[in-house]
Amino acid sequence: MAGRDLIQPATEQEAADIIREAAGRGETLEIAGGGTKRGIGQPFAADRTLSTSGLTGITEYNPAELVLTARAGTPVAEIEAALAEAGQMLAFEPGDWHGLTGANGVPTIGAIAAANISGPRRIIAGAARDGLLGVRFVNGAGEIIRNGGRVMKNVTGLDLVKLMAGSWGTLGLLTEVSFKVLPRPETEATLLVHGADDAEAANLMAAAMGTSAEVSGAAHLPAMIAERSAADLSGGGAITTFRIEGFSESVEVRLERLRAALATHHVTSIAAEAQSVALWADIRDVAPFAGRSSPLWKISVAPMAGHDVTAMILREVHGEVFYDWQGGLVWLQLAEDGDAQAQLVRETIAKNAGGHATLVRASEAVRASVPVFQPQPAPVAALTERVRASLDPAGVFNPGRMVFDGGRRAA
Amino acid sequence: MNQIQFLEPKAGIIARRAEIQAGLAELVPADCLVTEERELVPFETDAFTAYRRVPLAVVLPETTEQVAAVMKYCSQNGVPVVPRGAGTSLAGGAIPQEDAVVIGVSKMARILEVDFENRAARVQAGVTNLRISDEVSADGFFYAPDPSSQLACTIAGNIGMNSGGAHCLKYGVTTNNLLGVKMVLHDGTVVDIGGKALDASGIDLLGLVCGSEGQLGIVTEATVRLLAKPEGARPVLFGFDSSEVAGACVSDIIAAGIIPVAIEFMDKEAIDICEAFAHAGYPMDVQALLIVEVEGSDDEMDAMLKKIIAIAKAHNVKRVKESQSAMEAASIWKGRKSAFGATGRVADYICMDGTVPLGQLSHVLAETSKIVEKYGLRVANVFHAGDGNMHPLILYNVNDPAEAEKAEAAGMEILKLCVDVGGCLTGEHGVGIEKRDLMLHQFTETDLNQQMRVRAAFDPGWMLNPSKVFPLDLAMRKAG
Repeated sequence: MAGRDLIQPATEQEAADIIREAAGRGETLEIAGGGTKRGIGQPFAADRTLSTSGLTGITEYNPAELVLTARAGTPVAEIEAALAEAGQMLAFEPGDWHGLTGANGVPTIGAIAAANISGPRRIIAGAARDGLLGVRFVNGAGEIIRNGGRVMKNVTGLDLVKLMAGSWGTLGLLTEVSFKVLPRPETEATLLVHGADDAEAANLMAAAMGTSAEVSGAAHLPAMIAERSAADLSGGGAITTFRIEGFSESVEVRLERLRAALATHHVTSIAAEAQSVALWADIRDVAPFAGRSSPLWKISVAPMAGHDVTAMILREVHGEVFYDWQGGLVWLQLAEDGDAQAQLVRETIAKNAGGHATLVRASEAVRASVPVFQPQPAPVAALTERVRASLDPAGVFNPGRMVFDGGRRAA
Repeated sequence: MNQIQFLEPKAGIIARRAEIQAGLAELVPADCLVTEERELVPFETDAFTAYRRVPLAVVLPETTEQVAAVMKYCSQNGVPVVPRGAGTSLAGGAIPQEDAVVIGVSKMARILEVDFENRAARVQAGVTNLRISDEVSADGFFYAPDPSSQLACTIAGNIGMNSGGAHCLKYGVTTNNLLGVKMVLHDGTVVDIGGKALDASGIDLLGLVCGSEGQLGIVTEATVRLLAKPEGARPVLFGFDSSEVAGACVSDIIAAGIIPVAIEFMDKEAIDICEAFAHAGYPMDVQALLIVEVEGSDDEMDAMLKKIIAIAKAHNVKRVKESQSAMEAASIWKGRKSAFGATGRVADYICMDGTVPLGQLSHVLAETSKIVEKYGLRVANVFHAGDGNMHPLILYNVNDPAEAEKAEAAGMEILKLCVDVGGCLTGEHGVGIEKRDLMLHQFTETDLNQQMRVRAAFDPGWMLNPSKVFPLDLAMRKAG
């Protein structure tokens, strides 16, 4: 990937001109933001790299309207600082994956949208795609397209906003995004259950989400992982963790209500605000698996299926896991230098009520040899390809980064 | 009202009416096919009753396979298809055309699976919105989107229009509560997208399908997210001396970091109409009313209401009325949810659905009054203030063509205003046929061409709900 010519347009119009000319010449472009997720996807060849680093800045933000608009290359940190000043936040809690991928750089807001990166609060507040209200992007013909807007309810025309979220730069170059924002909770605390195994934890998390305590994070860290967390809360065993946020009097009431409802025989404890914040930042950023290069899977399944899928995979190969999203998001790290075990992972998921797996990290050679994104059934893969071609007919953007037909491999 | 154009029916299709009806009869049981002129009439329109067209035939399949067979037949025979849920569209989204087959999902109305541990329900698409919550309520769960028509409207229709409701300030709209669909494509291909996992794989086709107004396929099954019910909920009424002050109060509540589960707004006209109908105990000596609902335990609700009441007092609130019982709470909501029905008893009306940025509420309310006055008409405003989704009801007499034309013109002017202040034409009712020709006010032709190319990826022959959403001339150029 290195060594490609880097183009950094300073305006949306300049970007559109570059793309139109590239399409006309039959050239391809890699799209890059801060570069933290460049190594995710099938390896692919592109003539040049088009960076959003010149498209920065918050363009519109009025806290009372609960919407923030920014150019795609704006660092997430800049946006979160502006929001914090007004006592607000991006509710979907985007993670910073640079430690996970080992890349330099900082995540940009456009890439958070393009990769649909959502943290622990996703189980109650929705994903990045749910918070994304509007986009401006340049399609593969170099046309500037606007879709969605700055309002929470909008069914005016086809929702291309959702389509752009999670398309990893294969459908267009996002130039500006509008996100819904919410008041930052006054405080938070976390109820910890100590020593539950993965299956018990799944039941506890399901029970917690069935209460009225409004749990805004439900995760399970097996002993080995818990010990690695910066929050230092494990005391030597697994922890199952439940975050409660809101006004302080309400947080206390709900913590106790939740503890009573879970009625577990395991020891419980409460992490106060500072420790709670550190713990969920670790989970959000996948910190327990940062700083390695071994294959890392992001597995998305029905919450109660997570531990079964994991147990079956780990009977066959060595690896480590932790669970977020009530157990429905499994981060599975396999042994260093090992095979990615794509077939095993995906067949196990298919046998257990379905879901999908993305190989978020692996060496370039491994990524070239297995499908990084979940292969789709033929009719869905065909539909996806027609949709892609309707936005980027010449195949200018990130060609081959996302492949869904299983049979074809990136070059 | 005759300003909205319809496509000229294809003579070749009309001429083959008997043959097509016979072809359909081979695909579905006799009681799933409607071909008698008299029996077709109930399907000629939806809740946008000013326009109507009797379709070629109506099919009410009982299975996904039957939907697929009918879609395949129609595709092979060049017959347009108009999907239909319960026909409650306020934008004409389900209004047929003379050369089309209507495929209705009303017979596919079973709840297939309720899975509390995974907080999901799998339902056939013809199930009504409210039935899902009814089914899971005893176990302490609910399905969040709650459009006013929830007793009648189907999940299929909710997906088509990305329906919202009063409580989406906290819980989001349909697209935020939908996990998966089984969908039949134009040629009869059946695809499954998503499932019980929180996110679907691949590019977000599910998000694209939601709100696509029946142009991409027919959804026959849906997996939706269930949520645990709050311990309690309490609506409180706040009466103000002016709409502007009520609007400013909404802004301040949100700016204070409080997100109530719902903030509903009614102006004087709407208060009078709803109170006369529902006897909800609304104060009659105020110019604007907010219904603010909070959730949680009694202590939590008390604490939050204290904060909200303090803000309201800073805006010189004239009346504050907390509901003291479940019955009183139900009656407060009954007044609000019956607003459209109650208005229909005093006058004919058209209901607009633009959404505006929250900071523009007061301005748009004031301008709306001016626009409607200019046309010599009356307006009742009742809407979801917390999310900026306005619902001005423009009152007129349907039997007076001149007045009807004025009402339509006033409505279009209001929607343009919504777009001009940074909002959109429709928050939850959809574009349908009603707002089709305003699309170029919100979008450029380039924007719309891109949307239409995406549409064509699903329906290359432009056979599914062919005259909806996009301006007819643009669409027909695209359809070739």
